[in-house]
Amino acid sequence: MNRSTVHGATAAAGENPPPASAAAPAAIRLEGVSKSYRLPNGTAFEAVKNVSLCVPQGDIFGLIGTSGAGKSTLLRLVNRLEHPDAGRVFVGGREIVALGKAELRVARQSMGMIFQQFNLLQNATVFDNVAFPLRIHGKASPGDVFRRVRECLDLVGLLDKIDSHPAQLSGGQKQRVAIARALAPRPEVLLCDEPTSALDSETTRSVLDTLRNVNRRLGVTVLIVTHELAVVRALCRKVAVMEGGEVAEQFAVDETGPDRECRRTALGRELARMAIYADVQNDLERLDAAFA
Amino acid sequence: MSPNIVAILPELWTAIGQTFLMLGIGLSAAVLLGGPLGVLLFLLGPGQSLERPALFGAISWLVNTVRSFPFIILLVALVPLTRVIAGTSIGPVAAAVPLSLAAIPYFARLVEQNLRDVPRGVIEAAHAMGASEWQIVRRVLLVEARSGLVLGLTVLAISFLSYSAVAGVVGGGGIGDLAIRYGYYRFQTDVMVLTVAILIVIVQLIQFAGNGIARRLDKR
Repeated sequence: MNRSTVHGATAAAGENPPPASAAAPAAIRLEGVSKSYRLPNGTAFEAVKNVSLCVPQGDIFGLIGTSGAGKSTLLRLVNRLEHPDAGRVFVGGREIVALGKAELRVARQSMGMIFQQFNLLQNATVFDNVAFPLRIHGKASPGDVFRRVRECLDLVGLLDKIDSHPAQLSGGQKQRVAIARALAPRPEVLLCDEPTSALDSETTRSVLDTLRNVNRRLGVTVLIVTHELAVVRALCRKVAVMEGGEVAEQFAVDETGPDRECRRTALGRELARMAIYADVQNDLERLDAAFA
Repeated sequence: MSPNIVAILPELWTAIGQTFLMLGIGLSAAVLLGGPLGVLLFLLGPGQSLERPALFGAISWLVNTVRSFPFIILLVALVPLTRVIAGTSIGPVAAAVPLSLAAIPYFARLVEQNLRDVPRGVIEAAHAMGASEWQIVRRVLLVEARSGLVLGLTVLAISFLSYSAVAGVVGGGGIGDLAIRYGYYRFQTDVMVLTVAILIVIVQLIQFAGNGIARRLDKR
């Protein structure tokens, strides 16, 4: 890796020293990334301000925040759908910001992404949608494509819909097809942008089960942006709370003890409250069981 | 059958053939040259992946300018160019040159508009999967916009069926020319009615076929 040249190019953002944790290899590492937009009235809006973040390999990592907090922008910086103004982005040890156009396309093949609106090809069958990334990468033979598509659809439990069109599927099924499509090229990381926000609670559960299954069985690192705390509680191991373009705090979702009592953000405290309620609920159920 | 109609019958078959020849050449040029031009206009446009405001403005201005010409003026003004391309300035093949030149920017606009209807998110998802611009055009834009493109081509075919009537000015022939020469100049109302009836049937058939194909292609 050409670290020296990269470093020189982004020296302006060098306030944050790289964490360089040798223990758990990071699947995704952001170092001092910033991104601002020009608003229609000519002023600049800083969506992401000097954020550093480390997502360990194999983790399910949540990004939460109110709307406008910059969480979606941060996610889109990872696969460079947004180009950062400053800072460095590493995915699987590869510096994403420094890549040329063709190299970026290759790097994106190892990053799956799913969206709130699913973004499937409406005029293509489920099979063709899942085959899309394999075909554009152009390395798989038709036979390999066929086998891999069936494998992925089996994993999300939609093998029987292989010849349907997206319009014939429910929202939850569409999102699971999108997950199968994201997984087809065997990505190292899966980026999820509000994947359940367009779904009702029943189908949300099926999508979350699928994501958990994907993480557990394939070891894919999942980075998920959501505003739903229930999603974080059901799925994530770690979570970062964003406020005003910055990471206000990070903690483990199942964290206990004194740290849980002194969270800095409203969303953090809300998650702590939900965890305490769940603990109390468990205790009550245990008591009930003991007296029964 | 009226003697007027019997008299023009042999010419009628030639005229129908000429109309379809002009239409065929014009529409082929529209699809082969106007199609890529429309895709280019879309990709260079505001907010798209190859955004180039200056180039977009220049192409857009050119498209508008060609489309501003009344077709009959274009027909006459292009005579020197027609001589170079077709080798002659009269006949249906010669008339197909200005017809093509008018059809190319027309179809380019129709293509651009239809591609704009493809949801941004779908294009973005393809980018996120590592697709190149060319792959996005071929595997996303043309697939998602295909039924709209067929309907656009239908509109174009019907417009240019009537444009082809003007080609009579340069001896282009065709059904419309027949209607003008016999029906209008010689007051043969029965010929006029027949030719217009034939045009009505052709238009209905084109629209029917276009709608049918578009419906079958649309899985949204």
